[in-house]
Amino acid sequence: MTDAKKANVIPLTVGDELEMLASARDLLRIVIVGHVDHGKSTLVGRMFHDTGSLPEGKFENIKATCERRGVPFEWAFLMDALQAERDQGITIDTSQIWFKTDARDYTIIDAPGHKEFLKNMITGAAQSDAALLIIDAAEGVREQSRRHGYLLHLLGIKQIAVAVNKMDLVDYEEDQFNLIEQEYRDYLTSIGVTPTFVIPVSAREGDNIVERSKAMSWYKGPTVVKALDSFTPSVSPTEAALRFPVQDVYKFDHRRILAGRIEAGRLRVGDEVLFSPSNKKARVKTIEYWSSVSGRPAPTEAEAGASVGITLDEQIFVERGELISHVEDAPVETDVFRARIFWLGNEPMEKGKSYKIKLGTLEAPVTIQSIERIIDTSDLSNASANQVEKNQVAEVVMRSRRMLALDEFIDHPKSGRFVLLEKYDIAGGGIISMEGYADQRDLITSRSTNITRVEHGISDEARFLRNGHKGGVLWFTGLSGAGKSTLALALEKRLFEKGYNVYVLDGDNVRHGLNANLSFSPEDRAENIRRVGEVAALFQRAGMIAITSFISPYRSDRDRAREAAGDGFHEIHVKADVATCEARDPKGLYAKARTGEIKEFTGISAPYEAPDSPQLVVDTAASSVEECVDRLVNYVESKFRV
Amino acid sequence: MDRLDHLESQSIYIFREAFNRIENIAMLWSLGKDSNVMIWLARKAFFGHVPFPVMHVDTGKKFPEMYEFRDRYATEWNLNFLREECPPLEATDETLPPAARSAARKTEGLKLAIKKYGFNALFAGIRRDEEATRAKERVFSPRGLTGQWDFKDQPPEFWDQYKTDFPPGTHIRIHPLLHWTEVDIWLYTQREQIPTIPLYFANQGKRYRSLGDKDITSPVASTASTIEEIIEELRTTKVSERSGRAMDHEAEDAFERLRADGYL
Repeated sequence: MTDAKKANVIPLTVGDELEMLASARDLLRIVIVGHVDHGKSTLVGRMFHDTGSLPEGKFENIKATCERRGVPFEWAFLMDALQAERDQGITIDTSQIWFKTDARDYTIIDAPGHKEFLKNMITGAAQSDAALLIIDAAEGVREQSRRHGYLLHLLGIKQIAVAVNKMDLVDYEEDQFNLIEQEYRDYLTSIGVTPTFVIPVSAREGDNIVERSKAMSWYKGPTVVKALDSFTPSVSPTEAALRFPVQDVYKFDHRRILAGRIEAGRLRVGDEVLFSPSNKKARVKTIEYWSSVSGRPAPTEAEAGASVGITLDEQIFVERGELISHVEDAPVETDVFRARIFWLGNEPMEKGKSYKIKLGTLEAPVTIQSIERIIDTSDLSNASANQVEKNQVAEVVMRSRRMLALDEFIDHPKSGRFVLLEKYDIAGGGIISMEGYADQRDLITSRSTNITRVEHGISDEARFLRNGHKGGVLWFTGLSGAGKSTLALALEKRLFEKGYNVYVLDGDNVRHGLNANLSFSPEDRAENIRRVGEVAALFQRAGMIAITSFISPYRSDRDRAREAAGDGFHEIHVKADVATCEARDPKGLYAKARTGEIKEFTGISAPYEAPDSPQLVVDTAASSVEECVDRLVNYVESKFRV
Repeated sequence: MDRLDHLESQSIYIFREAFNRIENIAMLWSLGKDSNVMIWLARKAFFGHVPFPVMHVDTGKKFPEMYEFRDRYATEWNLNFLREECPPLEATDETLPPAARSAARKTEGLKLAIKKYGFNALFAGIRRDEEATRAKERVFSPRGLTGQWDFKDQPPEFWDQYKTDFPPGTHIRIHPLLHWTEVDIWLYTQREQIPTIPLYFANQGKRYRSLGDKDITSPVASTASTIEEIIEELRTTKVSERSGRAMDHEAEDAFERLRADGYL
């Protein structure tokens, strides 16, 4: 080894050593990814050799192994430790190895490039701060080159260098390099990733790994090692809003300690904290700490990255899975969300199927409500499907039976990502988006505890007997143009004529008054429906029949209305397919949605979640208005007559 | 938070996940520098208590200093301590090379102890930087009914979501120190003032870098007599940590075979 090569290894003197003891050196974790056989393990071996980082005797050891096996010298044997890996010449599982340059210490994570071992690639890549993606100069951009690039993006890894390897096989041709660089840059740009460097290298020959290549003097950028040195380690988001998932509750002695790791932000003794989704509040009394080194006081503050324990000023019941935040900047609460997922399960992910989600420390059953699209990582085209196969990437909508506290990945990566379990195995991972869905935190009707409902002197039964019918809510839901208002008004007339006390609550009339202050944002649309649900419930208690006529596309909103009205709630699905509704288009809204003039229009650019088990379905595409009204009248007569 | 704080925090997180998710769990104590750090981290995770048994699977061939250390600190640290004996050499795979066969006694002892107490999981203080097959390990590593490690089909592990659900009969090894390096262990031992067996410090130009059975463990040339000097030595050395452990070097796959069969 030449002195020039050695110069890249950190020179150690006693003085340096003392400095290091004061603060452990910076460490960067780099994952090496790319298509199978493009030379990942070879590049690692070469980098180790050229920086003088190989352990004593290792080079000779690999040489002897290769001779014994009768194969040419193989750098990959440094990382491929398993017999099966050496036998097959492929990396099966991710491996790690340590080395240092002038700048810092490194953990190099070598990830397998074979499609079959994608779960191992993800295992390796998810631990890294930055990535080095290898592409074979002779073979060019291949399936896993693209898939790995896409997955790095999903895993949230933003620092990416690309090494175009085996330049020796293409005679160090600049043109060939430029072609590959352009093709891959275009791909990464289309998924929102900017590669920091694209470097022509030959790992086998050592070009542009540590030393600049003489054969490629046309390349002016940094070598691989210099490129890696320019990356920075990930830092904990200490300045973000507090996110502290409860991992466990301990009672080893008189203290009741809530233990967990702060994932974002800071926590101080005396802070008022909010637990989600239970919505309980308390103050932090102490931050607990054990040390046998005397004189270290218990901290009064802790920040992101720290595993801590806290006690509270009052004994409230909270358990593992609750997410602690400050009262301001609380996480989203919802039972439905959108996610971009990668699937690793041997069985395909299926629409309608339930899985266990692990979101931070929380576990809950979730159902795949819809598979919005399968994303082809090669050309980024979309396809629709009822299932997601192993190693595919897809966008899905998931629903939980209970409220979940979570964040959008873009705001809070650590509380905005999750894994899914099928039976005993982690079968996929995903990141969360709330696009088109409302934060339901403010919609949860928290009735103040110091208000007691006035006890009426008149019983429900007395009202029912006076009216000759029960009170209730007929909740019409369906697409715009399905015929909700037409049927509601026709039914109201028929029931009125039969002596019913009945009234229609319609979208347009409530928005002119009661809900005049609401916009069409997801939150305000949800609030609109919440108020209608509460008003309809009051009509019911007054002994009347309220007919509500709203698209109300989200199951969560309708569930809330059902909760307000209780047993008197009747969900009626006014059904017609999108094509039929669009052909009717009484208000010209579909036309505007198609041109993009109206955004997030139900059925076109926003989802409609059909009821699971409505009390009644009236199909306006298959039946006439009269037939539908007859069915509705019969239904009311059978259910509401006293 | 500095690097050691982050390492400590990650290990505490792992301990707490395991303690919450898995019933009937114990910690393996090999008496070496790594497992002493591991006990320390458990005390931090659980605020001074170690809420599970700490077990030494004894080959009967350790150095006297190691037994002395064990007996003193098992009491001083208030551990729920278990000592389990290993079966004789005859009980091991006779196709293994001699030192590996000797090491395999520990695997057999381990299997017997797991059966005796019905432990579902064991904490073990291995690190990725020690040895190439350990570098491929998971933090939560499932084993078959007879303790084998299926290294060709390991579960995915990312975003600190560990595999904590298993079919009945699966045994799990949990590795709270997997992400630490040898230098990290010494830096932390120094910072936390964790007691250390004197064999790690140089005596007449030699010291032990890694401690095992006395007949298959040899010292390395060294003048390092303090932790500071050990750290300095490690930052420049090119000799691997387990070079003094005979069973690693007898055949290309000797250690892989040991590990596949359930060795740590």
